[in-house]
Amino acid sequence: MSVAFNLTNSLKDNFGFINNVSKESGQPVEQCYQCGKCTAGCPVAFAMDYPPHRVLRMVQLGLKENVLRSQAIWLCAGCSTCTSRCPRNVDLAQVMDCLRSLAKREGVPLDDRARDVSLFYDCFLNTVEDNGKLYELGMMLNYNLKTRQLFKNANTGLAMLTRNKIKFLPAKTKNRRDVAMIFQRVRELEGKAR
Amino acid sequence: MRIGVFVCWCGSNIGGVVDVPRVAARAAHLPYVAHSVDYKYTCSEPGQNMIVDAIQKHNLDRVVVASCSPRLHETTFRKTIARAGLNPYLLEMVNIREQCSWVHSKEPDQATAKAIDLVRMAVAKAARLEPLSEGSITVTKKAMVIGGGIAGIQAALDIADAGHKVILVEREPTIGGKMVMLDKTFPTLDCSACISTPKMVAVAQHPNIELLTYAEVTEVSGYIGNFSVTVKQKARYVDHSRCTGCGTCWEKCPQKVSSEFNQHIGIRKAIYIPFPQAVPNKPCIDAANCRRLNGKKCGVCAKVCAAGAINYEQQDEYRQVKVGAIVMATGYDLFDWTQAYGEYGYGKIPNIITGLQFERLVNASGPTGGKITRPSDGKEPQNVVFIKCVGSRDEAKGKAYCSRACCMYTAKHAHQVLEKIPGSRVFVFYMDVRAPGKAYEEFYQRTVNEGARYIRGRVSKISRKGDKLLVKGADTLLGCQVEIEADLVVLATAMVPSRGSREIARTVGFTVDQDGFFQEAHPKLRPVETNTAGIFLAGVCQGPKDIPDTVAQASAAAVKVCALLYKQEIATNPMIAEVNESKCQGCLLCRDVCPFQAIETKTIPNNAHDQAKTQTVAHVNSGLCQGCGCCTSSCRSGAINLKGFSNEQIVSAIKACLCEDNFAELVRKVRKR
Amino acid sequence: MRYAYFPGCCDHTSGREYDISTRALCHALDVELVEIPGWSCCGSTPGHSTSHLLGIALAARNLALVAEMGLDCTASCAACYQRLAMANVEMQNDPRLCEKINWITGKTYHGGVKVKSIVEIIAELNPEQIISRLVKPLENLKIAVYYGCLMVRPKAVQVDDPENPLVMDHLLEAVGAKTVDWGSKTECCGASLAISNDDVVLKLTSKILADAARAGADCIATGCPLCHFNLDMRQKKINQVFGTDYQLPVFYFTQLIGLAIGLTPDNLSFNTHFIDTSKVLELVG
Repeated sequence: MSVAFNLTNSLKDNFGFINNVSKESGQPVEQCYQCGKCTAGCPVAFAMDYPPHRVLRMVQLGLKENVLRSQAIWLCAGCSTCTSRCPRNVDLAQVMDCLRSLAKREGVPLDDRARDVSLFYDCFLNTVEDNGKLYELGMMLNYNLKTRQLFKNANTGLAMLTRNKIKFLPAKTKNRRDVAMIFQRVRELEGKAR
Repeated sequence: MRIGVFVCWCGSNIGGVVDVPRVAARAAHLPYVAHSVDYKYTCSEPGQNMIVDAIQKHNLDRVVVASCSPRLHETTFRKTIARAGLNPYLLEMVNIREQCSWVHSKEPDQATAKAIDLVRMAVAKAARLEPLSEGSITVTKKAMVIGGGIAGIQAALDIADAGHKVILVEREPTIGGKMVMLDKTFPTLDCSACISTPKMVAVAQHPNIELLTYAEVTEVSGYIGNFSVTVKQKARYVDHSRCTGCGTCWEKCPQKVSSEFNQHIGIRKAIYIPFPQAVPNKPCIDAANCRRLNGKKCGVCAKVCAAGAINYEQQDEYRQVKVGAIVMATGYDLFDWTQAYGEYGYGKIPNIITGLQFERLVNASGPTGGKITRPSDGKEPQNVVFIKCVGSRDEAKGKAYCSRACCMYTAKHAHQVLEKIPGSRVFVFYMDVRAPGKAYEEFYQRTVNEGARYIRGRVSKISRKGDKLLVKGADTLLGCQVEIEADLVVLATAMVPSRGSREIARTVGFTVDQDGFFQEAHPKLRPVETNTAGIFLAGVCQGPKDIPDTVAQASAAAVKVCALLYKQEIATNPMIAEVNESKCQGCLLCRDVCPFQAIETKTIPNNAHDQAKTQTVAHVNSGLCQGCGCCTSSCRSGAINLKGFSNEQIVSAIKACLCEDNFAELVRKVRKR
Repeated sequence: MRYAYFPGCCDHTSGREYDISTRALCHALDVELVEIPGWSCCGSTPGHSTSHLLGIALAARNLALVAEMGLDCTASCAACYQRLAMANVEMQNDPRLCEKINWITGKTYHGGVKVKSIVEIIAELNPEQIISRLVKPLENLKIAVYYGCLMVRPKAVQVDDPENPLVMDHLLEAVGAKTVDWGSKTECCGASLAISNDDVVLKLTSKILADAARAGADCIATGCPLCHFNLDMRQKKINQVFGTDYQLPVFYFTQLIGLAIGLTPDNLSFNTHFIDTSKVLELVG
């Protein structure tokens, strides 16, 4: 953050964004007093571009572009360590969920680590939409294809095969159309296409 | 009847929202109103003079002032109308500031309408006001101070020096409280013991002070000027009239006990004085830990006592004393972090100590003789981490409030480590540094200059790493995580009301705030009084504060006590409850609901001709009644009236509020629902 | 005792030991598990991470199925437990959300089902039920009990204290094992980044292994298949990357209790681990 942020503009333009995050996450983001307890205990903060407390600060100040494009929100592993220790009762893990969801809905372009995390989530959910359950092999192959590293984790796959820990065919849920409908209706409500 | 109405602007406080001239204009048309004006600052001298002039010029016999809360200026305006020769209780105040302009600042039209309604109600009530006169009660010229820390000591000495008798009650075996445990005091680095022990001795020697240590207040009855207090003198098993304080008994006692005074870092004996300069300097036996008192073979102390002062048969004794005023100075305890902070190891990881434990470690008369060492192995720590706001400013795990003294004592601790351990490194995790006292900021900066590294952020977790402590935290200025391998961690834990403070508040009869601190009557204007007349507050029992503030507040409480004790008699509030005996059924529901135990029973003849037939009715003790109105509202037969708030007066105000147009509107609203 | 059982998507794959040992242990302890007919994925981390509604709806579908069974629900997988329990809490607290979710799933669920972790189910049994069956006390075994995140956070669904949970420690101590006092009980292993950012996960996991080794543990016990996969399968790679030599078998607590009450290692799927389990079996004798 080398350029100075114009806070008057960001607060004016992105007031709706701040409200939206508060409302959708159900979290009182304005309560945060920037003590840093979340950052202190975050297991993945070392890999983030912005530490967790700063992600929240950016929300407070309406720095929408920066926060939605950040690597940090995708690197959050959802462990809720921050949530359990926050002295202000802000569930930061929920805020992170909400920011990822907003980034996705708004079609924010992602790169690097964030792109990989998002891609993995998509591949995972695609197999759930198709089968009603996770299909691990299908997910891995699809992910490798999309990240153009066909043989990534091939050794792992082999080792799992010998321990009978991978199935070639997907396990399928009985009324799996029900599950596909869930995806369909969520998209309908959130207003985006597959 | 001629009522005068004065509507105040309070500068822009009211005038900025409410259309004050319009309120005054509307009031002019209300029944009995002979004069109605508005004024910028009615409470000012010209404002008060205006009221006096108006009363005389317009021959007014009731006054309505629409301004701020009666808590702020009711007394002011009562005195004003008394100057003009009116009975002071013929005043009615309307709160159009706190209850109107301040809360409706964004809706001025409705605020003005509400102000008009409120004034109309007050005028209706004023028309039914009766003159009231104050009674008087005599004052017992003696005070009690509960708690013998620096607050209680200061208050007792000030009252005693002014020539009044004082009883100082302390539940521990010695007075001195927390201050005498401290090593040095910020920002001057005076030796805490050197400035507090002479005061302790002065208490013991003062001809006007009776010192009761190892004693507790168990019951309080009565009212301002006339309290009756029951004090339990706990059995010491040592006859202090014989004991010479030679010290042989505690030298020879075979039973070692963890020392409370040393914050459980050192030990004491079962017969003990808490520390060498204790006042009184004579021992007591800790019954819970004494071998002899627990049925085991011992009796060593009795054998070695040349004065024959040991008495295992001693019992707790109760005595009653009469006092005119009580000062509460019960102090604080530290927040128990071991129950709340799992991330710091729930107290199971060694070498994580509290600030008060650090004070004992660094104190020359402490268990290590003033050498800062690790409790686990006695090694001198090289890397010391201080964590502030442990339990303070943490509503999730602790308290929402700031404990006020921690920033400064942590700076002092950091200074002491750097001074006593050459080459050591000190890290202080903080969220803010709050140093608003005289020479405080300079002291903090001095510690920083000496090399203390202040890290703005909280600590997430402390875990063991070999014999060291791995402290993981954030530096929010750097924007990243930091780790420190520490030898010793010192937690600045929150101040909380001392154990048993809620119970003593209930016993003595006053209220506590949401955190359990004693509630002052007004945060700004009556900071040392409680809502119960005759009970005053000093020190941390009222809220966290440091030593200078504590001493100042103790002296303030002493002045209030002296002002009371100088009087032969005090005027009582005439706005108290009154029983109409002919209506009273004797159900005594009023007695159950009275928070001040002011309802007594009385037997009266129930037949004018036959004196033998009697009935029980309620009777109000005018000394105890505080005029809260609980009895009035609970009385089923309408036999109790609160003077100044009689049923008739209140109903007339309500009727005025629901006058015709308003009433119709109300009906419409109710129907809509 | 009867519970609707949610096996979770990795029941026959990466988490098979957990499913196998849970079923075997419950059977031995007279706890009847009825697999939920037609269950589907709980949504896991990818669900709630990308859409609040999707995360809740995928779990809620299963809760609706459980409600039809008239039973309370348990899941062995800590992630599935947390998702089902969170969806349950959120739906019970927010009637408007509940309506929305019911429209999405096409089912009707308004709360009422209790969701419990399998750890809670076993811990709530009368200890006698386990101790009376004890044939092979784990006396020589020092265990680092690892809880991970999902069982202890967030507060609304926590099975035990998030800083120093003890529920699994007490269970394993009851069958004779010693548990070590260590600092990484609830540190995150980074499971949700395992595929996409494995360099991050290797760091996190290696710290947990280092801590367990430093505390003198012979093995690690856990109650989460994601943790298990990271700690067991990745141990070899960690040794390669960081030049360490950990050989810490990682068990599900159900496997260890099962062993102590006389179930055979084959019944508990000891042979599908990545880190050799024979050393521990020898210690137990």
